[in-house]
Amino acid sequence: MAERGEGMKWIVNNRMNAIYLIIAAFLLLLPFVYESRNMLILLTQIFVFAILAMSYDLLLGFTGIVSFGHAMFFGIGAYSIGIFMKRFEPTMLHFIYAVLATILITAIVSFIVGLLTLRLKSHFYAMLTMALAGLFLVLAEKWRTLTFGNDGFTFRVPEIFIDRTNFYIICLVTMIAVFMILKRFTNSPLGRVLQAIRENEQRTESLGYQVLHYKIAASVVSGVLAGIAGIFYAMSLRYVNTSVFTMDITLDALLMTIIGGVGTLVGAIIGAGLIEFAHDGLTELAKEHWIFERWIIFFGIIYILVVIFFPLGIVGTLRKFTWKRRKLESAKKKENLAG
Amino acid sequence: MFLVTLFLISIYKIGGESMTTLIETDNLSITFGGHTAVDSVSISVPEKHFKSIIGPNGAGKTTFFNLLSGQLNPTNGKIYFRGKDITKLSSTKRTREGIGRSFQITNVFPNLTVLENVRLAVQSNAGVRYQMLFHYKKYREFEEKALEWLRLVLLDDKVDSFAINLAHGEKRKLEMAMLLALETEVLLLDEPTAGMSLEDVPAILEVIKRIKEQGNRTIILIEHKMDMILDLSDSVMVLFNGRLLADGTPEEIMKNETVQSAYLGGVSV
Ligand SMILES: Nc1ncnc2c1ncn2[C@@H]1O[C@H](COP(=O)(O)OP(=O)(O)OP(=O)(O)O)[C@@H](O)[C@H]1O
Ligand SMILES: [Mg+2]
Repeated sequence: MAERGEGMKWIVNNRMNAIYLIIAAFLLLLPFVYESRNMLILLTQIFVFAILAMSYDLLLGFTGIVSFGHAMFFGIGAYSIGIFMKRFEPTMLHFIYAVLATILITAIVSFIVGLLTLRLKSHFYAMLTMALAGLFLVLAEKWRTLTFGNDGFTFRVPEIFIDRTNFYIICLVTMIAVFMILKRFTNSPLGRVLQAIRENEQRTESLGYQVLHYKIAASVVSGVLAGIAGIFYAMSLRYVNTSVFTMDITLDALLMTIIGGVGTLVGAIIGAGLIEFAHDGLTELAKEHWIFERWIIFFGIIYILVVIFFPLGIVGTLRKFTWKRRKLESAKKKENLAG
Repeated sequence: MFLVTLFLISIYKIGGESMTTLIETDNLSITFGGHTAVDSVSISVPEKHFKSIIGPNGAGKTTFFNLLSGQLNPTNGKIYFRGKDITKLSSTKRTREGIGRSFQITNVFPNLTVLENVRLAVQSNAGVRYQMLFHYKKYREFEEKALEWLRLVLLDDKVDSFAINLAHGEKRKLEMAMLLALETEVLLLDEPTAGMSLEDVPAILEVIKRIKEQGNRTIILIEHKMDMILDLSDSVMVLFNGRLLADGTPEEIMKNETVQSAYLGGVSV
């Protein structure tokens, strides 16, 4: 019985892996067969936001932490790369320095945020992260010598990132790497405890797990990855301004995660795809009628519909559906055997 | 000579048994906004002892457990475990020290499978708490161990179900399996059979009996079923309005007049 269950899981897992592989191969080959600059830029944007959304999913979907300040890590990454590229020559070495700086700063900030605020009740935590992100926004506005204030600044990127196809491939590979790292992380013994915390924090404690340590671990991993997303975001625009610290970024991550399905990782990618495509479509439509410029209204409506009809998001709903079908099938089999 | 030795051994044994106090509370009290739910309770539980707690609804039994396991901090008093003051320790630390508990109101991980619920307890017990590089399936033995515990409480037919979908009695069994999987020296059992269907009760009772017979655990049990208490307990303590009304062998408690009138007539104590 147990053996057969295992076998079943193995087949299902492998089928999923095969699907992932096919999609990844398709996306890798796409720029060589379909030459549309706009499509390439849009997909690159999707990969970048998918990284952000996955990092958010680690907090929201796996650990059950609601943060309204995720943009602060994104912004740190965006400004790190911008400042390094602007102040120094746009070389690969300086790119690596910017990545290291991002990792260091986001790790420290997310560690402190975790330490200070995870002891708070969830809504206080949400408020505090929002306030902290606001602080970074103000900092970016006021520290003009470094950030050029509200207007931001343009910068050049290392040779290798200039070509759109190259950049597309690099972002795609990074996204896949982040997906795999997070898959492993959430399926590690430590990651499994995160899910326990989401389900029942107090019981996790009484099983002998120090909940705060796990929340900090999730916070740091999530913060660093959001910083990485910020780096690529700024590089895709070759421009950075204070908008990277705004609530919009956090809301985008939240929306993508919820629409795709929390706690699934792949849902965050799908959510990023849908939102960015919708974004793009609405911008086109805005040329026809001004109402479509107010895309936030549409996202608000989508969000409400999803929460009402698909509270588990797209992936969660699909999973539930296949799970039920499998259960029905096995019940039928049993009946057949009995009959 | 032989007789003297025997005599000495028996003295040593009796002395040894009554001397090794495992858990001790000293004037333990907690007040919730004027209402004192546990009121100056001092008890001492020897190693490998089986103690039961009885008392009417709202007497403070569960609250007393919450104090022992660290879910609540006392307003007053101290708790000692192996002679060490643990009053300020978190519930996490107390579990690691060896005080495990089950909850009266089922307290599991609703959207995880039954197996995963228990596996998490096994994993904690094995001390694999911060491993993040390997897949959790690499530790097959955790799942096997978890399965064993589930078999013991007769829940192994539900391993793949989500905890949220279990029937009440099954949740109680899961609760029990999670506690056992921690393999703590002390087991605090809060009405493990409450609300279970009658056919389920013997299984749990059997498990408790078997643990008692293994003889290496200290058990404190909150129960309402008197026959079960008389059958299992070395000693019984009675809580009433948060106070320790009586503490003694089951025979003493049954004879105790204050206990009887408190249960029957509601004497204000
Ligand atoms: N966290 C809390 N805050 C406020 N009051 C509480 C709290 N916990 C328990 N109480 C109160 O303390 C008293 C004792 O409750 P407790 O749950 O310990 O009783 P009990 O003996 O376990 O009862 P039962 O047999 O029904 O389980 C009750 O009056 C209860 O309302
Ligand atoms: Mg109770």
